[in-house]
Amino acid sequence: MRHIIAVLLENEAGALSRVVGLFAQRSYNIESLTVAPTEDETLSRLTLTTMGDDNVIEQIIKHLNKIVEVVKVIDLSESAHVERELLLIKVRAEGEARAEIKRTCDIFRGQIVDVSATNYTLQLSGTSDKLDAFIRAIGKTTILEAVRSGVSGISRGDKVLTA
Amino acid sequence: MATEKSDDSTEYLSGGDMLIRALQDSGVEYIFGYPGGSALHIYDAIFRQQKVEHILVRHEQAATHMADAYARATGKPGVVLVTSGPGATNAITGIATAHMDSIPMIVISGQVPSALIGTDAFQETDMVGISRPVVKHSFLIKHCSELPSVIRKAFHIATTGRPGPVVIDVPKDTTDPEVMAPYEFPKSVTMRSYNPAVRGNGRQIRKAVEIMLHAKRPIIYSGGGVIQGDGAEALTKVAHALKCPVTNTLMGLGGFPGHDDQFVGMLGMHGTYEANMAMHHADAILAVGARFDDRVTNNPATFCPDASIIHIDVDPASISKIIRADVPIVGQVANVLHEFNDTLQAELGKRPDALDAEANQTWWQQIADWRKAHGLDHAMKPEPGKPILPQMAVQALYKATAGNAFVTSDVGQHQMFAAQYYKFAKPRRWINSGGLGTMGFGLPAAMGVQFAHPNATVVCVTGEGSFMMNMQELSTCLQYGLPIKIVNLNNQALGMVKQWQDMQYGGRHSHSTYSDSLPDFKTLVEAFGHVGFKVQKAEDLQPALAEAFSPALKNRTVFVDIWVDPDEHVYPMAIKGGSMRDMYLTKITTSQQGDYI
Ligand SMILES: Cc1ncc(C[n+]2csc(CCOP(=O)(O)OP(=O)(O)O)c2C)c(N)n1
Ligand SMILES: [Mg+2]
Repeated sequence: MRHIIAVLLENEAGALSRVVGLFAQRSYNIESLTVAPTEDETLSRLTLTTMGDDNVIEQIIKHLNKIVEVVKVIDLSESAHVERELLLIKVRAEGEARAEIKRTCDIFRGQIVDVSATNYTLQLSGTSDKLDAFIRAIGKTTILEAVRSGVSGISRGDKVLTA
Repeated sequence: MATEKSDDSTEYLSGGDMLIRALQDSGVEYIFGYPGGSALHIYDAIFRQQKVEHILVRHEQAATHMADAYARATGKPGVVLVTSGPGATNAITGIATAHMDSIPMIVISGQVPSALIGTDAFQETDMVGISRPVVKHSFLIKHCSELPSVIRKAFHIATTGRPGPVVIDVPKDTTDPEVMAPYEFPKSVTMRSYNPAVRGNGRQIRKAVEIMLHAKRPIIYSGGGVIQGDGAEALTKVAHALKCPVTNTLMGLGGFPGHDDQFVGMLGMHGTYEANMAMHHADAILAVGARFDDRVTNNPATFCPDASIIHIDVDPASISKIIRADVPIVGQVANVLHEFNDTLQAELGKRPDALDAEANQTWWQQIADWRKAHGLDHAMKPEPGKPILPQMAVQALYKATAGNAFVTSDVGQHQMFAAQYYKFAKPRRWINSGGLGTMGFGLPAAMGVQFAHPNATVVCVTGEGSFMMNMQELSTCLQYGLPIKIVNLNNQALGMVKQWQDMQYGGRHSHSTYSDSLPDFKTLVEAFGHVGFKVQKAEDLQPALAEAFSPALKNRTVFVDIWVDPDEHVYPMAIKGGSMRDMYLTKITTSQQGDYI
């Protein structure tokens, strides 16, 4: 099963390489990874998505907790949460397709963020599934370039992850 | 250069001086090291003080094993100092060795000046990167002022929780004698991101006590965590109260007295028949400071089918990693065992008949039957005209040292024979590389132990293959007058490799023999200024060992080269893919014949 794991870690050089190294060393897979400093600049927050059965996820969480610079770890997918991923995608938009692409983009509540005579650059955010669905929907169109941010997530309700 | 006092009496020191001062303030006695360009400021600081003694090795790998064994023998962290580049990479094997066995160690590596990092400078390697998978933690120093607090933190991290090696990479500019900063050694450490568990959960402990009290076939399986976590005394109390069998892992020998009636020997790959059988048939296993290594469990799918498993460990990630624990207990082994013992004693006080005496007797009868059928023979006698068996040599060593030595070992058949036949009465007496299995560990390890315990008898039981991996340290032995004794079980082969080739590759000895090209070890050690014996006849075994351990040679490094039967194998030997009861008992018989009896 897919899990979204959020990690608070000391914002220090080398901390990220320990997290990434752990996954490589123990052959756990990482599907996506995002990381940035938080409002407290001594901390970074990292969100990663990974696949694995319950035993593997348990080990991943235990090993993340063992990294000296890791302050807190939670498995967001264990309870209600919000997840978002950002997609920037440049597509060929000529002739009839130009209008069709705009319509599809509107349906997915995306925005056109840049335009040229022959192409559009679109921005979409949502769950990874939604972004996948959008890419399928414009499938006939030529995709020139696409970049996804990877998933970030946060718990719903009163639950918070702090140091 | 050294010290400047400012008005407010704050001491200003250079990075090099701070580093050494912080080691002094951490209670360090010895630094095991080897100099080079990036470490020269630090070496100069060592020269200008007396409190910490530096031991000059002949190869950085040996420095790490000495520091590691010093830690294993004392419980205090060992300290290593190497230069950048090749000095640092030479230390890696020893760091990995300490990491696998959870040994507290501080490795200080010189690094090229900060401004040159990343430029492929002379003798630059990314030490933090290259060591990352084999350290508990690492630091790269940015400025000399960080040194005292980083060193304080490094010792804290290395010695608490599940211990392990910590690397401190020190760019040359941060030890510059011209750059001074105020020296202040922190009194305590607080880290929001690092708070290892101390006490176990009381409810879980009560549950565990109940399980052990109700079991009909209980066993205690204890590992290196009991040694490193100073839990041997409490474990012995628990075992005596439960009256159950105790088995130790290779790393755990000495965690329970080897001569105690309740001791059934080592378990696992080359464990005793009775220990492996008792594990397989147990209905309750109290695993303490052990990690269900694949060399213990054999096939996890068929591991101990009837047992409820209680697992006590300081590292939550070790629990339910290979074998799911029914009662996991995370905490310092000694604390948990003391609490376990208190709960157990209280329970036994309330219900004196809580232990089922009849079941206990049946269980011990079963174990006695197993031992009688296929137990180890501890009374082998050398016979004139017959080859010396390695088992005999270890038994003779046990006698010659009155069972009282610190024994280090290397990796191979000799290591297993030593583990099987030398009975360790106390923890920290058996010192070997169990996790990484590093050949070349034994000699420098013995030296590290001798530094820690100058008056103790320290023996390295080695094989000629392993010995040749770090024999340059014989020169260090002479420099520091280390009276270690080296017992070489010389089978003129990479015996353990050869054994596997015999068992699994139709006896094709691919690159495991070299009998035509071995040195004469007696002459070799004499060239290094030491005493050598060559023992080729069974009748010479005991006299040679007696002389080696005699008062006349008390202050000398002595090497006893014992030519043992090259065809001997280590048994029992686990049958690959089987459960714990599946063992070869000889080259041609297995435990599966005769329904495991
Ligand atoms: C550094 C290293 N290289 C290779 C091995 C694989 N290995 C395990 S045992 C062994 C043979 C050891 O020979 P020796 O030291 O003579 O001991 P014996 O088995 O003959 O008693 C080898 C090569 C190892 N454990 N360590
Ligand atoms: Mg050999």
